[in-house]
Amino acid sequence: MTMPDLWMQTLLDPDQPYPPGLTTWNGSDPAQRFAVYRNNVMVSLIDALADTFPVVEQQVGRDFFRAMGQVFVQAHPPRSPLLVDYGQAFPTFIEGFPPAAELTYLPDLARLELAYVAAFHAADAEPVGASAWQTLLARHDDLTTTRFRFQPSLQVLRSEYAIVSLWAAHQADADRALDSIDPDAPENAWVIRRDWRVVILNMPDSDTDFLAALQSGQSFGTAADAQNKHPDFDLSRCLSVFVAEKLVVGVLPD
Amino acid sequence: MNQHQPAGPARVRTKHIGAHPVASSLLDPANALPSDGNALPDRVGVGLKPEHFQAIVATKPTVGFFEIHAENYLVPGGAFHYFLTQIRTQYPLSIHGVGLSIGGEGPLDRLHLQALRRLLDRYEPQSFSEHLAWSSHNDIFLNDLLPMPYDQPTLDRVCRHVDEVQEVLGRPMLLENPATYIEFAESTLNETAFIGEIVRRTGCGLLLDVNNVYVSCSNHGRDPVRYLSELPLSAVGEIHLAGFHRETDSLGAPLLIDSHDSRVDDAVWSLFDHTVAAIGPKPVLIEWDNDVPPLATLLAEAQRAEGIMRGYRPDQVVGRQS
Repeated sequence: MTMPDLWMQTLLDPDQPYPPGLTTWNGSDPAQRFAVYRNNVMVSLIDALADTFPVVEQQVGRDFFRAMGQVFVQAHPPRSPLLVDYGQAFPTFIEGFPPAAELTYLPDLARLELAYVAAFHAADAEPVGASAWQTLLARHDDLTTTRFRFQPSLQVLRSEYAIVSLWAAHQADADRALDSIDPDAPENAWVIRRDWRVVILNMPDSDTDFLAALQSGQSFGTAADAQNKHPDFDLSRCLSVFVAEKLVVGVLPD
Repeated sequence: MNQHQPAGPARVRTKHIGAHPVASSLLDPANALPSDGNALPDRVGVGLKPEHFQAIVATKPTVGFFEIHAENYLVPGGAFHYFLTQIRTQYPLSIHGVGLSIGGEGPLDRLHLQALRRLLDRYEPQSFSEHLAWSSHNDIFLNDLLPMPYDQPTLDRVCRHVDEVQEVLGRPMLLENPATYIEFAESTLNETAFIGEIVRRTGCGLLLDVNNVYVSCSNHGRDPVRYLSELPLSAVGEIHLAGFHRETDSLGAPLLIDSHDSRVDDAVWSLFDHTVAAIGPKPVLIEWDNDVPPLATLLAEAQRAEGIMRGYRPDQVVGRQS
């Protein structure tokens, strides 16, 4: 094995002896000095996970998070110098991490945090303007056959758990206490970006189904008809979110 | 409908710093270009941190330049580009790479290099820099600046990599001297000779990290003033200053860790003073990447460095050198 082979193996596995061929000016223990690198690698990569998953960290506590993070880093070291993308496998890893098994909502909470980061850094796109909306809404026949393109930053996540409420309770401006939330209440997250700030909306199933149908390329009329039988579907609420949050960046045919 | 807004921009990981490309004529101090927008000014800059985006845009503080870590900005859009685009219109910019792994055993990541090229084309920074270190191996990225033996095969490989970087980016780069904690039995050159050869063969400039000089010399029992005098100082295109953390080795000797999480140490200020007396004012960066302080603290550190450079008198250099 070459020097980098040996170093990489040893940096990621504290049970391995330090690599051969290392010297110190004063005869001090090379193992202790090598441990600085091992510590830098592990701490910085766990820090990178903590940057992406601050709510998961708060939910499980710092010590638990860092212990779980270390196991993850050893099993899934980054494959890219762009650490903003690091941790895509973390939610699935948590699902299979026995000490976290009781926190059934934790993998989806992690998925929501990935969606937050994706929305935060997503490409910018010019939204459909107010006058275009007025024209469109004034001509019902046209609206029925219209198809929409949405902001690249828009992320939708459905969960069996109260991920939006749990996430919100960990924010600085939280208005609900964590222990007042039933984690087993299903929620749908619409993760959107207002200019550069990310906002997470908790939206009903039918509205989310409507959005998903539009995202898959269905026309406005077809998607709305499919939801109209649901009592909690509110077409005007959906439209007001689309317009107010500037979620639509293109209409076809235009 | 509930809605929730985070308190601020997402945190970013920002490791070691530095940055700045140089026109080759700058490498010769006798032939230095005026500050015409193509080079960083001989002033003090600070690292650009997301925590400070809004304050910088709102207050437009007096700063010589800003430096970013390239990898944090290789994202499609959003806040980082929104703020950097505004800040770039007001300030010179240095882009500092932390992920190219120039000292790596394998080939450079061409896709990453091309992404860097696009970033440089977009923001037209006055400088691009990277590290004498490796951080990737067999497609695994270790997120640390790791050391290498100083021998002929490694020298040849690093020179090829620097050539490749400068060719793809279409500009000269600065290479930063490392902070290290261990040495290799197989090294046949000392660090300053190794760096001198890279500069001579590739034409790259030197990003002189004075903190790294002090940290490495302490960790390996060397005299930092002598170490400095052995470097190709005429190639210095930028200086970095940062804080370190003190530990001890197994024999109780100081073991300094390059941590970028505190003020510049007095010993490093003293070495900076000596450096300015030897080579005159240069673009200087205050690096503070972890436990990022309020912007005012960074600016106060920058003012201290400005003060040292304003005290520089060319006749002192003549006196010292004669």
